[in-house]
Amino acid sequence: MNIVVCIKQVPDTTDVKINPETNTLIREGVESIINPFDAYAIEEGVRLKEKYGGTVNVLSMGPPQVDASLREAISLGADEAYLLTDRTFAGADTLATAYTLAAGIRKIGDVDIILMGRQAIDGDTGQVGPEVAENLDIPHVTDIRKIEQIDDQGSIYLERLLEEGYVRLKTKLPVVITVVKEINEPRLPSLKGKMLAKKKEINTWSAKDVEVNEKRLGLTGSPTQVVKIFTPPKPAGGKVFDGDIKDSVGKLLRELRASGILMGSEKGDE
Amino acid sequence: MNYFLTEEQQMIKELAAKIADEKIRPIAHEYDEKEEFPAEIVKVLGQADLYRVFIPEEYEGLGGGVFEMCLVVEELSRACGGIALAYAASGLGIIPIILFGTEEQKKKYLPKLASGEIIAAFALTEPDAGSDAGAIKTTAKPEGDSYIINGTKQWISNGGDASIYTVITLTDPSRGARGSSAILVDKGTPGFEFGKKEEKMGIRGNSTRELIFQDCKVPKTNLLAKEGMGFMVAMKTFDQSRPGVASQAIGIAQGALDEAVRYSTERHQFGKPISSFQAIQFMLADMATQIEAARALTLQVARSIDAGEKNVAKISSMTKVFASDVAMKVTTDAVQILGGYGYMREYPVEKMMRDAKITQIYEGTNQIQREVIGMNLIKETLRKKK
Repeated sequence: MNIVVCIKQVPDTTDVKINPETNTLIREGVESIINPFDAYAIEEGVRLKEKYGGTVNVLSMGPPQVDASLREAISLGADEAYLLTDRTFAGADTLATAYTLAAGIRKIGDVDIILMGRQAIDGDTGQVGPEVAENLDIPHVTDIRKIEQIDDQGSIYLERLLEEGYVRLKTKLPVVITVVKEINEPRLPSLKGKMLAKKKEINTWSAKDVEVNEKRLGLTGSPTQVVKIFTPPKPAGGKVFDGDIKDSVGKLLRELRASGILMGSEKGDE
Repeated sequence: MNYFLTEEQQMIKELAAKIADEKIRPIAHEYDEKEEFPAEIVKVLGQADLYRVFIPEEYEGLGGGVFEMCLVVEELSRACGGIALAYAASGLGIIPIILFGTEEQKKKYLPKLASGEIIAAFALTEPDAGSDAGAIKTTAKPEGDSYIINGTKQWISNGGDASIYTVITLTDPSRGARGSSAILVDKGTPGFEFGKKEEKMGIRGNSTRELIFQDCKVPKTNLLAKEGMGFMVAMKTFDQSRPGVASQAIGIAQGALDEAVRYSTERHQFGKPISSFQAIQFMLADMATQIEAARALTLQVARSIDAGEKNVAKISSMTKVFASDVAMKVTTDAVQILGGYGYMREYPVEKMMRDAKITQIYEGTNQIQREVIGMNLIKETLRKKK
């Protein structure tokens, strides 16, 4: 089983602060971590390896400091680490990111399963998984909460989390799977794993090392235009209708109708 | 303060801290209330390779020593002094095997102890033999290729949960302490049973039980060192384990200080956080200073022991006596700073005060430690005069 886990390094906070003057993320004093959803993907990859044998390759695109996150993945049980890093990758939206990651996966070669978290906690788009699958022209399944089994015919049986309940699916390898946190409880690193991770050579690839069309990379290859980032203003006070409940409900409905929020007749309001 | 840890030691400390904060702290209160042994945490510690740190590399350890053990014990104890004992008391049982075990004994036990698959315990105390360890009555009668053990050991940490016990016995009762021998006994050996589980004031997240031996037959190959050297085995083991108790005390004290500082910045009286009052600041300052002094002493002694310094009984006793007295003082003051809240079981510091108390008592009471220090001072002086 050749497994690739795609990870993203993100700021260690769900409460992202934005500088109101420059409209950019305040990164000072915020540590970088492996995207928490991706940590479940790493754990699942390692568990699949423990069950079926094979190799867990961890892959990321980002600046050189992503090295630390890749080493952490090694300490958690991944076997090999690959970093796609190049100035031309910078400024990528999900389309360009998925295109680049797919090129990395092709270079790793003969991959059976590609795992990643359902979304990153900074961008929250959840698009990269399916887009990687499209780039590789293979199936994808999202929001997986359990990998039941993989049989000898290369079929994989999964449970996909829904808002109410779940659905069981069967698909063929190779496949891209995005996971939810219900899938497992990630282990802590071991000392031996950490020592191994310290010495491990991280394979670093630039744009020249992978087969890519430069026009589809980074900012150039990103149709998404960020016009403005801002913190939405807090809604102002509002209006309180108090007093007798019947009167106040009537007043509220009249007001909503007058402002065009509520349609329909007044009959039966009072 | 910078203790000049190597990269590997830093890694050990950080991983132990992570387990303490993420895995132990959230369940510490529950285990204290239920008085249960934390088997799930032993598994986590094993998977993280933490039991390996003070075991030689030839036996699947990571080749560290007392220093590394102290780093782990302090971090774990910060979250729960009781749960940390599942680690520290196993260390107490492992040390005699490292120091005095035969090649066969080491090969048989150390790899499994290193992985955390099994844990160890050490048994000296008896109902009538505590500080006066020479008064033990448990006998191991030589008979052919075996010893027949009879007697009762009391207040054994990890009792019932450990798989291997170093038991101090008398192989020749007529010679008293000089007739004592340390013998390894596996759990499950016929004639070896566990007595009642003790109900304790603190360290309730650890099982403390009686060990009862009735015509328990063990092969002579289970002997550690030689017949008659049981007390020497015990004393040399304590020389190495006491800094571990000191680190447990320091961890408990640090946990209490952290709670006290945090609380004092959040609690408002007279319209201000209580941390703005000098009365509180001075208490916090003394607590922090004492903890740092205890840590500096303990880690430096641990380094000396690992470097092979001889006659370490005095300095080893100093770590335990100083750090445990600091822990009792600091945790009592933490309860005082938290006031009424500090006295409530819903808040963590009263437990820390209860957990701290044992560190003044076990592995030799602080009175015995002072006697060891005093006797060594006198011996050293007399030696110089000659």
